[in-house]
Amino acid sequence: MSLFRAEDIAIRFGGIRAVDAVSFDVEPGEVFSIIGPNGAGKTTIFNLISRIYQPSAGRLIFQDQDITAVPAYRIAGLGIARTFQNIELFANATLLQNLLIGRHCHSTVGVLSQVIFTPAVRRAELKHREKVEEVIAFLGLERYRDTLIANLPYGVRKVVELGRALCVEPKLLLLDEPSSGLNVEETEGMGFWIEDIKKDLGITVIMVEHDMNLVRMVSDRVMALNYGKVIALGTPNEVQNHPEVVRAYIGGEG
Amino acid sequence: MRYLFKTDYRQDTTLWRHRGDLFWYGLLVVVLLVIPYVLSEFYVGELGGVFVFAVAGVGMMLLAGYTGLISLGNAAFLGIGAYTDAILLTHGVPLLIALPVAGLFTGLFGIAIGLPTLRMSGLYLAIATLAFGSIVGTVFQKWDAVTGGFDGFAVPAPDIFGVPIQNATGIYYLSLAVLVIVLWFSANILRTPLGRAMVAIRDSEISAQSMGIHLARYKTFAFALSAFITGLAGALFAHYVRFLAPDAFDVLLSVQFVTIVFVGGLGSLHGVILGALFVRLLPQFIAIMRDDLPFGIGRMPGLEPSLYGLVLVIVILFEPGGIYGRWIKMKQWFQAYPLKRRTGFRRQKSYARSERLR
Repeated sequence: MSLFRAEDIAIRFGGIRAVDAVSFDVEPGEVFSIIGPNGAGKTTIFNLISRIYQPSAGRLIFQDQDITAVPAYRIAGLGIARTFQNIELFANATLLQNLLIGRHCHSTVGVLSQVIFTPAVRRAELKHREKVEEVIAFLGLERYRDTLIANLPYGVRKVVELGRALCVEPKLLLLDEPSSGLNVEETEGMGFWIEDIKKDLGITVIMVEHDMNLVRMVSDRVMALNYGKVIALGTPNEVQNHPEVVRAYIGGEG
Repeated sequence: MRYLFKTDYRQDTTLWRHRGDLFWYGLLVVVLLVIPYVLSEFYVGELGGVFVFAVAGVGMMLLAGYTGLISLGNAAFLGIGAYTDAILLTHGVPLLIALPVAGLFTGLFGIAIGLPTLRMSGLYLAIATLAFGSIVGTVFQKWDAVTGGFDGFAVPAPDIFGVPIQNATGIYYLSLAVLVIVLWFSANILRTPLGRAMVAIRDSEISAQSMGIHLARYKTFAFALSAFITGLAGALFAHYVRFLAPDAFDVLLSVQFVTIVFVGGLGSLHGVILGALFVRLLPQFIAIMRDDLPFGIGRMPGLEPSLYGLVLVIVILFEPGGIYGRWIKMKQWFQAYPLKRRTGFRRQKSYARSERLR
């Protein structure tokens, strides 16, 4: 049984079919990569899954539940967390606060008890803090705990964003270009983390990525898109050598 | 320099970083309690005014400084709170009930302005709230039956359990008590999921949403909270001025609240107090200096508002952290002396952000 399934999803912006009848299944525990040239519709698929865009056709099914009509703010609570291509952290808050915001969907305390900070709120806070600390230890972010995000280097911010998504305790993690802006070493580090996330935390990952080394290193299956359509789906090697994929990237005779 | 060695998660949830904080805040409270016995009535009255404006400043700070929603209509909230409180008192409602009711009633108006402006931000929101402010101001003027129109509205002297609160000292203690409670509530909000959600909305709406934050709910909450607190300030204001005139709640007053927040330092409760001190004491300073300024500058009309404007511009240009930001820098400089780092407060250039999805 698949964890996540997209059935013929499509979205149109004006006359452009950004995503056109795309279907795929993601099995529990796998790393599923989406590749494709710029403008192929990769990030758009993520925005459809995290419900920021409304698909004009098709269905999204997560754990046998149709999430096509679920509002965006409830997606995290269902167990789907994401990162962003160009980092969307809360820049004027500390790393700790950022990760704690990742715990938001697990917060159950009432408004009034928060205003007067009841012992129950304190207990809940300490519990969140403990979970956040696990993530900090997992990603080795200890030394930046109380640093403002705005003062952190780019490479670290990228890791913080991954950490924030992990704080949601997701079942499905959407990584939008985890290696963009990172150097070779940092990219390799990111690869190791993705493997750890899959093996140690048992989280299923869908990843949009351009760096083929990273894709080969971590993915179980790869889907190639071009102009919003699926052109190949299979193991990293199959997809990389697929004639359609080669044509999309390099060009060639019709 | 003090190095905090954290050994317990609880250290991150307390209001005091260490015992030194507790000591200094305690000392401040003691000094504030003693002041009416030491200073003359004039200064006690002025400080009372600072407290009233500080309460309103907290309302503005939670909205503009923490949720990133700018409002030029908070003077209307202050007015609604003031009239509600005054009208309730004339009907014989005791102050301790009228005060929170004035806040809650104003909070409803906060929801009313928050809901239709959910999709607005920045300038558009400022204009919408400005319009709200001037509509409410007109209602104050025209609805004579309730507000007394331009004849004004004499606010009855309140009492708490039979103890009359009429002179400057009474208002001073009442405002101080409300300010402390409001600050405590706000500090609590800021260390819980509620406050973090507000900060998240300020810094990135799209990822706030992806982290499970219901944007509409929290933005409306921020407006309601801001209106509630400003309404409380309004009730205090009514007793502070004792006579309500509808033209007191104009856009200039809203600009004063914005000035409190920006000059004090965006995103800090300390900044509110410093900003309120600045905004309330500047007119007094001008009054004292009036005769000593050359060329009759001191007697020119519009000197105050233009000075507010000038200071606001200077602060935004040269010290975006406000007075509190400058204080932090000075503290850092002395703590690290002589090892000053020129780049200590320079931030790394941020990279292009993803296209905004609103």
